[in-house]
Amino acid sequence: MREEINVETDVAVNNVKISAKDVQVFYGDNHAIKDVTVEIEDKTVTAFIGPSGCGKSTFLRCINRMNDTIDVCRVVGDIRIDGENIYDPKIDPVQLRAKVGMVFQKPNPFPKSIYDNVAYGPRIHGLARNKAELDEIVERSLRSGAIWDEVKDRLHAPGTGLSGGQQQRLCIARAIATEPNVLLMDEPCSALDPIATAQVEELIDELRRSYSVVIVTHSMQQAARVSQKTAFFHLGSLVEYGETSAIFTNPIDPRTESYITGRIG
Amino acid sequence: MDGGGMPVFWVVAVIFVVSVVGFITGRARALQSAAGDARRLHSLPIYYGSNVALWAIVPAAAALIVWLLMQPMFVNSKVIETLPASLLDGGSSIGLVMSDVRRVAEGLDVAVAQGALSRDAAASIGSSSVNIRDFLGSIGVALGSDVSPEVVDAAQLYRGLNATGSTLMSWIVLAISVLGAAYAYGRSNADFRARNVVERGALGLLIGAASIAIVTTIGILFALLFNTIEFFKLYPATEFFFGTNWSPSFSGRGGLSELGVLPLLWGTFYISFIAMLVAVPIGLFSAIYLSEYASSRVRSVAKPLIEILAGIPTIVYGLFALLTVGPLLVSMFGKDTLNWMQGGTAVMTAGLVMGIMLIPFVSSLSDDIINAVPQALREGSYGLGATQSETIRLVILPAALPGIVGAILLAASRAIGETMIVVLGAGAAARLSMNPFDAMTTITAKIVSQLTGDADFSSPEALVAFALGMTLFALTLGLNVFALFIVRKYREQYD
Repeated sequence: MREEINVETDVAVNNVKISAKDVQVFYGDNHAIKDVTVEIEDKTVTAFIGPSGCGKSTFLRCINRMNDTIDVCRVVGDIRIDGENIYDPKIDPVQLRAKVGMVFQKPNPFPKSIYDNVAYGPRIHGLARNKAELDEIVERSLRSGAIWDEVKDRLHAPGTGLSGGQQQRLCIARAIATEPNVLLMDEPCSALDPIATAQVEELIDELRRSYSVVIVTHSMQQAARVSQKTAFFHLGSLVEYGETSAIFTNPIDPRTESYITGRIG
Repeated sequence: MDGGGMPVFWVVAVIFVVSVVGFITGRARALQSAAGDARRLHSLPIYYGSNVALWAIVPAAAALIVWLLMQPMFVNSKVIETLPASLLDGGSSIGLVMSDVRRVAEGLDVAVAQGALSRDAAASIGSSSVNIRDFLGSIGVALGSDVSPEVVDAAQLYRGLNATGSTLMSWIVLAISVLGAAYAYGRSNADFRARNVVERGALGLLIGAASIAIVTTIGILFALLFNTIEFFKLYPATEFFFGTNWSPSFSGRGGLSELGVLPLLWGTFYISFIAMLVAVPIGLFSAIYLSEYASSRVRSVAKPLIEILAGIPTIVYGLFALLTVGPLLVSMFGKDTLNWMQGGTAVMTAGLVMGIMLIPFVSSLSDDIINAVPQALREGSYGLGATQSETIRLVILPAALPGIVGAILLAASRAIGETMIVVLGAGAAARLSMNPFDAMTTITAKIVSQLTGDADFSSPEALVAFALGMTLFALTLGLNVFALFIVRKYREQYD
């Protein structure tokens, strides 16, 4: 614990990476996110916790504008990454998503080879000038995804043939391959067994060195293990946001306390 | 009209009455055995009633069906035994004589039914007393030739045997029904597991329905097969399969006809190919638009509209080809302009219209298949910064490809089997030509033309229809099996 707190003081001096102000999200008439204001720091793991339907995944999906793909969804407010408003009409959401990688709840490798899965992003964005460069990007991404040693001999085997934990690390490597600044993870371990979960959590801790990581999780233990900052959502509002250790040991809001002690949720 | 029609109706009616009575009494008896308390019965009262009704119907109906199948065979063989050999000398076959016998017997039945003859008079009528042909002609039953006394005698025997058979059948079937009901009634008491019996009855009903479909398919296959073999006895198989000329003659009996299947196969493939050239891109693109781009409002209007195309009878498409597309193509490619096209009926006309007909098949099957691609794959691709069309091209279509190929093959087998559009749109000339603006014809259209009119079913010109049908069946079966194989392989990927 002591070591973690030291690390947190380290990152506390880092710049703000994502800054959201008065964000509202509507699904048709349903007001799903109410007045969320939060500042997420660079090179930090930030956990979003809260009961099902509290809006944490919805808010996560605002950060890479994935909500744009839903017809009835409307986002109001101001979200800035590195000071740039991502809902500005100048911003191309497709380009934005290359810079804000996302990892999903269920591992979703494409029905292609492991190599083609990782090369997918670099290919559509033209990141490699030739085959050798592409090979290099694929290897680097797979190494960052902590899966290189397991798949280096079968890069052309289908990605769907890997185990669940390997698939999820492949998806993380795939997201890293487009060289994002931010990694969003929507309950990345909820479909994995404890051993695969431990491997992915270890990887998340590694990723903190290079990226700002935002992770939605149902498991409070996971939030406590991997994150430095925690945000507690309830009924579409951001109830409390702060140092993870503070949220779990000394919550200010009674709703946060009820949730982490298991009285609500 | 062999006198069995009415008895069968009445037998069925009486069996029904027996089963209703059995239902009511069986239910009542079971209740009575439990002293009126339904809770002490093993099964609900309705099951006891149903059990009795089942026993009244099922064995009797089975006996009835078997009897109806066997009686004509039995009667025929009995009548044939009595026919004198002299009748068969004149070059006519047993089949022809027997059809005369049946015709006379039918005529006499009609006479009785119309009141022109009393029942006794009909039974005693002989060729000596009246001219049977004139007499039957006067009541509207035309005979092809004068009938010999032997045929009249045989007809009388035929009527007699059928009448006895029908009477016997009625009594036996009714007895089985009553006995069955009585047996089940006797077993209706509180401890009897009527529910389980009814359950087995339901199972039997379902198995029966499934087997009827299968047995019919096998029956059709065998009918085709036997007639095809018959055809190949009259006409060499090599000339059929490798002949490049199709010119059947109806004047002589064989010999003059050339019945090569190749021009028809070529026409079939050419028209189907053009149809697929139209249907696959349009159907696939509209499926992609509907499943990936269209808002739910557009989809709810557009999808049913496209599917209406599938509900239009093919004869209407044929008219569209004949009256609209054909003349339009002639005005574009006819002798006033490019002079590629001589008349409105052409491979192109039929192919285009058939392609339009197939659009909904391709689009609605592909739509289902594209929708079956997991949403997670789309999100994964969008999350990596891919555009919608990149996602479709690089992720969704490759994932859905086996299913789409299956859909296309199913549509192709429909194209190969299509008839009306070809008859009206492509003409009737069998020819091997590369020009898509020439009139050609297909296997199905030729089957129709070989069998319409007065076909003599012992000539190769008529029997060739079965060989054509068999060829077509083998083709479409092969395509369907291949399509199903691919679709099934695809399914394993996501389940």
